[in-house]
This record gives sequence, C-alpha cells and structure tokens, in this order.
Amino acid sequence: MKSLVELASVIRTKNAGPYELTIDVIFKDRKIYERIKKSNSLDASVIARLYGVPESDIITAIYFDPACAFKATMNRKVPCGDFGEKDIYGAQQHAPLLDLAVQWGDEDDSDS
Amino acid sequence: MVIENRPPVTKLTIPCGVTKGPSRVTLVLHNLRKELMIYMKQLTLLSPTAILGYGFPDSSFERGLSFGPDVIAVDAGSTDPGPYYLGAGKPFVAQGAVKRDLTYLLRAARTMRIPLVIGSAGGSGARPHLEWCRDIIIEVAKEEGISFRMAVIPADVPQPYLREALWDERIKPLGPVTELTEADISDSTYLVAQMGIEPFIKALDGGADVILAGRSYDPAVFAAFPVWKGFKEGLALHLGKILECAAIAALPGSGSDCMVGFLEEDRFMVEPANRERRATVASVAAHTLYEKSNPYLLPGPGGDLDLYQTEFTQVAEHRVAVKGSSFRPKPYTVKVEGAKKVGYRVITIAGARDPRFIEHLDEIIAGVEERTVGNFQWEKGKYKLMFHIYGRNGVMGDQEPHPSMGNEVGIVIEALAETEELAEAVLGFARSTMLHFGFPGRLATAGNLAFPYSPSDFKVGEAYIFSIHHLLSLERPDEIFPVTFEEVRS
Repeated sequence: MKSLVELASVIRTKNAGPYELTIDVIFKDRKIYERIKKSNSLDASVIARLYGVPESDIITAIYFDPACAFKATMNRKVPCGDFGEKDIYGAQQHAPLLDLAVQWGDEDDSDS
Repeated sequence: MVIENRPPVTKLTIPCGVTKGPSRVTLVLHNLRKELMIYMKQLTLLSPTAILGYGFPDSSFERGLSFGPDVIAVDAGSTDPGPYYLGAGKPFVAQGAVKRDLTYLLRAARTMRIPLVIGSAGGSGARPHLEWCRDIIIEVAKEEGISFRMAVIPADVPQPYLREALWDERIKPLGPVTELTEADISDSTYLVAQMGIEPFIKALDGGADVILAGRSYDPAVFAAFPVWKGFKEGLALHLGKILECAAIAALPGSGSDCMVGFLEEDRFMVEPANRERRATVASVAAHTLYEKSNPYLLPGPGGDLDLYQTEFTQVAEHRVAVKGSSFRPKPYTVKVEGAKKVGYRVITIAGARDPRFIEHLDEIIAGVEERTVGNFQWEKGKYKLMFHIYGRNGVMGDQEPHPSMGNEVGIVIEALAETEELAEAVLGFARSTMLHFGFPGRLATAGNLAFPYSPSDFKVGEAYIFSIHHLLSLERPDEIFPVTFEEVRS
C-alpha cells in the first residue's frame, strides 16, 4: 500500500455544473499512473466508500491517459447553493483522498 | 503549411493608459501578416483572462498582442458562484473591474481592427447582465472615443416558449435533476440557455466588430471565429475549452493572466503570454479534465467534443500542441438554466473558546433548535435554521473524515425564511438562546459566544436556488438567440 499523497501531484475537487462534484487525481508521472491504472486501485467503489455514499451516486470513475489522471464524478450532496450548502464551488472536498492508501502491486516488485 | 514556434513577426505594442496608438506602418504590416497567416491556415486567438473583470498584467496583455491575434475572446460567466447571481439578475464581478478590462480589450481590438467576442455577459448572461455589460461597453467607447459595430445576442428563454417546449417534450433533465414542471418554469426569475457557435457566426456574417452575448457555452465564444474562417469545429472547440479559463491551464496557473492559442488545420497550440508561466502537457491535459464529468466526451450544443484520439505534445518550452480532437454532431440541444427565489437569509458569526461548551456543543445545538421550534411554532414550515461548525466539520459536514475539535470553534448560524422579518426573528432568537444556553458543568455564565461584530446579525438578502438544469432541443441553433446590431458612435 502507498499513500495517494506520495503518488499524485494534484488531488482536487470542483463542481461540474451545479449538481455534480468531480474529483481529479493527477499522478506524478506516467509510470506511477500506469501502475495504478493496471491495479485499478481507484474505482467507483473506493470513492463511494471514502465519501460514504452509495455507489449509484458515482456517475463516472475513469482513467484519463493524456493527463495521467483518475477522475470520478458524483452527485452533489445538495445542489450548489441549496439550503445546507457548505462549499459553493466544491473546491474543498478533497480531504478524504489525502488519507487514502492505495494498492501498489506486488510488494516485492523491484519498482516499488 | 505549418510554421513552428514562429517568433512574433510584428512587434505591436498597444499603449494602455497612453493615447498614442501603433503607427500606420505597424498596422499595415500587422494586417498583411494577418492575411498571410489566414492564407497559410493559422489563426491566433488571445484570451486575456479567465473571467471578464478578473484582470491581467499589462505586460502579459502587450505580449499577447505582439503575437498578432486575429481575435480577442473572453468568457464572462459561470454557474460556479451559485444560483444567486442568475436568480437576482446581478453580476458577480464588480463594475469597475469589468470596465478596466474592457477598456484594454476594446482599445486593442479597435486599434488592431480585430473582433472582440464576449460570452456570458455579466456572469449569468440573462437580460439584466447583458444590459449591464452593454452599458459599460458604451461608456468605455465614449471615454476612449472609439466607434464600432456591435452585435448583441440575448440568451433569455421566454417562459411561454419553454412551457410549449415542455408540452412538446423537447426538454429533458440534465444529470441528477428531476423532470421539469410548469411550476419550475413560472417560479424562475430568469431563464437562460447556453448558445453554441451559430449565433456568433451570424453576428460575424453581419459585420460585427464587437459581439456581446448572453449565456454561452464557454468554448463557443472562442471557437465561433475560427469555424467562421473555415477551421475544424473539434479542434476549435477544444482550443476554446482551454482558452476559456485563460492561464489557469498554465504552470503556475492563474485566473488573471493571458493565454494565446494558435489554431492550424490539424492541430492547435497554446502558450501563456506571461513568460513566467509555461503550458506543459500535464497542465493542458489536466485542464481538459477541469469541471467536467467525463474527460473523453464533452457534450455541448449540437454535439460532443470527442477526445479519445487527442494527443498532447510539448513543442517548445512554453508551448503545447494538441491534435486528434474531433466533433461528433448530434441533434441540436442547448442547456437551459434557471433560478428561483426561496426566501431571505440572515446569518450570525461567532466563536467559542470554552472547552466545556465545545464538549457539549451537539446537545446545545439540539437544545437551541428545540427552543426555536417551540418559540416559532406558529411559523412552522416557513423557515429553516442551520449551524455551521468551523473547526469541526464546517466544510465537509457529515462527510468529514476527522470531525475532531480544537481549542476553539467558529459558528455560523443561518436562518432562511419566507420573509426577511421572520429570518431575522428566528436567527436573533437562536443566537441569543445559544449565547445564554445552560449546560452541565458550565462555569462561564456570562455568555457562550464571542461575536466579532456589532451588529452581530447580517442580512444576506434574497436567497435563490437553481430551479432548471435541463436540455432543450432546438430546430435551428439560433432559434432562441436573436442577433441585433447597433452602431456605437463616439
């Protein structure tokens, strides 16, 4: 297991329109990215568990090769600006990802 | 033919704050070069700033102009700041800031004889936002003594039109929203649709020097001119997607600095105007993800931008080339946005430092809520009360992974009610009840809360929520976006 913070150069959240929150994790280099992608360490179920929401709330969970990135989009808890809003821009919802440790392939792998 | 990393051919310095313009010779050279580049199939686009009014350094703007742009385009809007601005018909950038930017842009565009395209005027792009921005443009034109032909394109969707579309089943939910109802339509204060490139093209056909559009699909503001000039829609839209946030796609990123785009037949390139920033494969590719649900297929008016075959290449230290992006046409739909008023909001801000108060905070909040319900029982259902506890879970609510508290907490109490009087009464009651609330082991009996201000309570004013976020099918792309022209003479 390795901490996501060690592997990524960007970990962020933001509104994708008023009804969705999107997570971007951009890895430090292609080698790290390919390894994470191969082991599928990040997926909809990981994000759902991390944010305490049903997996059906995760709209997309996808690897994006051109940016060495993992992206997940989920329904917002409340639509942007509704009563109960805590974060209009959705830009400070990334903290749970900072605690995440991900599968890092075989521990005895010479690359590890 | 493609020119790699060409140096700026004409060094053109627009005097900002100085009245003297570039010499006639410089202008003639610039125009000759422009014609030549279009003939050689390269267009240069200047995006001065991420949102009109966010500003840019003089030096960046001048360097951006030195590339000899064929068009200056700027996005002025977003739904990110929430429903208030659309609902109330208010701009979210200050008048003075927008005027400052427009002075630079209008002066440069008219001196260089290139179009200036502004999308999502005033932030939300409804009628009052458009008129507000138009007034600023006319004021600047008068002050600067410049004349031009301006196209104004409103993006408002009339309520009767939308009702008819609902009956005709031409409207459907976009993302996690419910089916549209007639009440959603009539409750909305302003309704706008995001226009695609077609109304802009109509404005260009009509000889517009300046295009001022209401709510627009962000990339369309940038893609319209190149498509009008015969460039491919997919690449133009992808370039627009990157340019609409200006230097946010650079490293280091900035929302208040210029980005330059170079569009060719089979690729485009981007480079920040400020030499202290670079476009890198990572920064540009990462920006393609930004604010979107799926990075490979970006839906817009009339089709999807398909990025499955997109490749990013570092072609120079500060410049990235992008190719392979394409446009997949679909039946023409536009996104409709609306907001409705839900009442008035009043808040108070306080701190608490007493460890016993903090320890009992949940019981205290429950107690204050119970007292408030009892005190306003005849107003049941007409108000809502909420406590935001900063220092515990003020940002993430029940999704906070570490809801622990430190020595102190910040408390925002919020009341939302049908009338401002009721919101004030409920908030005031909750505040004073919490201030003097008794709890086990209380030592500090003079008061539980530390208020930074007098008055302690703040009227936030009207509160809105988004009421419409749906897709509307159009028969013609410009069906609801009438283009009108006016001659601005100074």
